[in-house]
Amino acid sequence: MFVVEGIDGSGKTTQLSLLAKWLASTGQRVFVTEWNSSALVKAATKSGKKKNTLTPMTFSLLHATDFADRLLYKIIPPLKAGMIVLADRYAYTAFARDAARGVDRNWVRDLYSFAVRPDLAVYFKVPIDVSLDRLLARRVKLKFYEAGMDLGWSTNPTESFRLFQSKVLEEYEDIVPEFDLGVIKASASITEQQRQFRDMVSKILEVPKHDARESTRA
Amino acid sequence: MTPESPRAPDDGNGGAHGGVTAGHYYGHGMPYLSIANYPGKIIAIESTDGVGRTTQIRLLREWLEVQGYGVVETEWTRSALMQPTIEMAKSSNTLNKLTFVLLYACDFADRLEKEIIPALKAGFIVLADRYIYTAIARAGVRGVDSEWIRRLYGFAIAPHLVFYLKLDAEALARRVLEAGGMDYWESGMDMKAGDDIFDNFRNYQRQLLKEYSSMADEFGFRVLDGRKSVNWIQEELRRQIGEFLGESGAKAATATQD
Repeated sequence: MFVVEGIDGSGKTTQLSLLAKWLASTGQRVFVTEWNSSALVKAATKSGKKKNTLTPMTFSLLHATDFADRLLYKIIPPLKAGMIVLADRYAYTAFARDAARGVDRNWVRDLYSFAVRPDLAVYFKVPIDVSLDRLLARRVKLKFYEAGMDLGWSTNPTESFRLFQSKVLEEYEDIVPEFDLGVIKASASITEQQRQFRDMVSKILEVPKHDARESTRA
Repeated sequence: MTPESPRAPDDGNGGAHGGVTAGHYYGHGMPYLSIANYPGKIIAIESTDGVGRTTQIRLLREWLEVQGYGVVETEWTRSALMQPTIEMAKSSNTLNKLTFVLLYACDFADRLEKEIIPALKAGFIVLADRYIYTAIARAGVRGVDSEWIRRLYGFAIAPHLVFYLKLDAEALARRVLEAGGMDYWESGMDMKAGDDIFDNFRNYQRQLLKEYSSMADEFGFRVLDGRKSVNWIQEELRRQIGEFLGESGAKAATATQD
């Protein structure tokens, strides 16, 4: 199992889909899973978000429930079947976000102790301004919880995003050494990042190295 | 560590254990929410189903309010946020034990922050119809790691009093049958032990009772004999609660008028 981590606008999803293309082209069976995508708690998350009533604690527990559901139905079975699971965010996202919201760090780590440890987790490190520029350039509306609007630090979504995600970035700085995450600087070009990513993955899969430019051109 | 039975790391503490001062967080708590020196009290009543817990709470509330105490009731799995989700999951049988446990915890967190803590702050007596011990017992029967579940509930507040209405599985089975029949979940049918609901009910309830017994000392339960009459149990509850409220200086309105 390979995991990408990072804040919104770090480019991790792009990197994961390029990795998936490459792995599939080498004949690997790949299964992609995203954070917060299981059916079970979608209803509750939705109603909670709509009414704007989630607290840091219920936000944390809802996501843990969702994760547990996904782990048992979407992650463990493909792993057992010998497939490669690619996870767009993993428990580290919860460690970073929940702590940034003021939930106890040790409590969140204990909470997720049922998680399977990935073979590799890569953190796409991006300065807050770069991430914001990318998101705003895409004209995406900043999401309520993603911008930490629930914390009431600022009524301006952009400013709130900056404050909250800066906190999240600080948490990631501690998480990287604690859980031995690989780090790729998201300021490099997409192709260069992908080359680094494939190098890291190759070491674990022990497959011949591919030149990123060759593969993406193909 | 298998996903089926979560295990907590061995180091440190921070879980729900005995020996915690009433009115404080059991473990790490919620660092963003200080609860120091709130004047309210939490009184929890625990039991397996069918022992008459809800009747006792209704009578207690009446008695407390007559004396001038403000009372707020909170009931397990009754949060506005989670109730629809829990009901949906139960009816579709998609709950595995881990998501089951986490949904209950989420429900409790919602009620804790939105009902219980505001009530404590405002000086109410919170009557809890079941508390975290229900979740710990159910998780224990389903094989969830006991240390992990205690750490999970480290955000709970230790109640001032916990009463446990104890009734053996045979007497309980008769009462439940008289009251309208056995329920799928209360019989542990999700555990797929077999199709005989009576056997399952009795076995499941026996295991639950064992879990409750093992918690009695740990969390300082005041154990009351569930075979006694409704009136006897109510009198005993009132005597012990009255004593506690008198000692803690939360004098009744009628008493201060003397």
